[in-house]
Amino acid sequence: MSTIKLENAGFVYQKGMPDEKVAVSGVSLTFEEGDFIGIIGHTGSGKSTLIQMLNGLLRPTSGHVYIDGDDIWDDRSKLREKRFKVGLVLQYPEYQLFEETVRKDIAFGPKNLGLSEEEINSRVAEAADFLKIPEKLLDRSPFDLSGGEKRRAAIAGVLAMRPEVLVLDEPTAGLDPRGRREILDVISNYHKAEKKTIILVSHSMDDVARYASKVLVMNAGGVFYYDTVDEVFKHALELRETGLNIPTVTDILLTLKERGMDVDTDIYTPARAAQTVTQYFKEVEAR
Amino acid sequence: MRDITLGQYINGDSVIHRLDPRIRLILTLVYIILLFILKTIPQMLLALALILGAYALVRIPVKMLLKSLKPIIPIVVFTSVLNMFFVNGDVIFSFWKLSVTRQGLYYAVMLSLRVICLLAGSSLLTYTSTPIELTSALELLFMPLTKIGLPVNDLAMMMTIALRFIPTLLEETDKIMAAQKSRGANLDTGTFMERIRALTPILIPLFVSAFRRADELALAMECRCYNGGEGRTRMNALKIRRSDCIAVVVFIGFCSLIVLSGRISL
Repeated sequence: MSTIKLENAGFVYQKGMPDEKVAVSGVSLTFEEGDFIGIIGHTGSGKSTLIQMLNGLLRPTSGHVYIDGDDIWDDRSKLREKRFKVGLVLQYPEYQLFEETVRKDIAFGPKNLGLSEEEINSRVAEAADFLKIPEKLLDRSPFDLSGGEKRRAAIAGVLAMRPEVLVLDEPTAGLDPRGRREILDVISNYHKAEKKTIILVSHSMDDVARYASKVLVMNAGGVFYYDTVDEVFKHALELRETGLNIPTVTDILLTLKERGMDVDTDIYTPARAAQTVTQYFKEVEAR
Repeated sequence: MRDITLGQYINGDSVIHRLDPRIRLILTLVYIILLFILKTIPQMLLALALILGAYALVRIPVKMLLKSLKPIIPIVVFTSVLNMFFVNGDVIFSFWKLSVTRQGLYYAVMLSLRVICLLAGSSLLTYTSTPIELTSALELLFMPLTKIGLPVNDLAMMMTIALRFIPTLLEETDKIMAAQKSRGANLDTGTFMERIRALTPILIPLFVSAFRRADELALAMECRCYNGGEGRTRMNALKIRRSDCIAVVVFIGFCSLIVLSGRISL
């Protein structure tokens, strides 16, 4: 179990050059262990840069990143070891597949951990099972798989390392609704079964509302909101004003309210929204 | 990886930026030929003054020029030192078995100046021309060679595409490296062979994606009815204007003066 803490962390691309670009600045927050955190924000709000600082791929140009209390950049020789605690699935992870077979590809991470042959095999089997990759696919070339299968194989490659914290950068980008649901369910199941911290970057407020327990809203390289889902979506109106997506049902309820229907708008699940609307009509009928 | 700059174009609106890229290319060539004609140090200094004058016109800071000179310093020093010791002539001073001659010293200075001017001249071309401008200039200049069966259009298109994809592939490499590092790939340490082996997880995805992109691009080009460059028109057709003619006259004038100055003074 691991806690990640950021202290005034910032990152500037091309620092000191005429075309330097501030991607993240002054972010201080803690990702508590066992939480399922959704990160949302516009393109260019610094989400991807932020998560690449979490496992030491990018070194913050200011501030610190701590994993379990240790600054990950304190001792460079231990950086790799720290990196193993935080599994990062980057955008379009299927482009990182390279081995001859899916099995070998999933084993790449565990092998780098220096595990024994048996341990590697059991982890590959376990990860493949979690991601519902059938046994017969394991001995095929990863390049022969379908898009969704490739994506699952790539995620399995990170899961097999059993990271304490699993970070995923838009794992559902470019998938059809069914593919999206499958991947998100897998992640959610992993969270429930293993009680590991999950950090999910997403464009879809609906997905975040459905799966996450906490939400980090990023705007222009900084933290806009970081709170529980309930608290953050109480600010749905502000979110919408800054041009961010809000869950579809919240959006509908806000519109209904603007049109004069007095409904509760702090709602982000379809079931509760339906309940509120029916209740509203019952009240109207009663009157 | 991100720091690699290729075709270090500097956006600007100077007299030189506005020249037709063909003229820019030809004048650069003339300048390079000039550097090899010149025989004396004073002439070489004039040539240096000429290129510095051009830099002043473009308003490129000297710092930038010095930065681009940095990588060739070892070469300059190495060849200068060799020249100093191994050219026969009047000995100025000697120690052990080596002796520095006056002629040697002269050659050394001459050579250093020549290399510096060469680099300054060709850098000016890349500073003021986008890669696309350069390829279309080359394409038009080589056009007569289509008569002897050289596929100039296709070659130019290939060059344009290659240049276009350098930044894309660099970015891709960055991403793949990040992904494999996240999976614990160890790229920074190990023996030489280990490091080479560690590149496999990066090179294979990179090749796969390069081929995928090539396929997609070919398809996209076909969809837009690309069938070789013949008869293809341009959005920004290159045109020789009066300012180009003036630039040529002025530049050739300076060059001639520099060449002639050798006859008069020394």
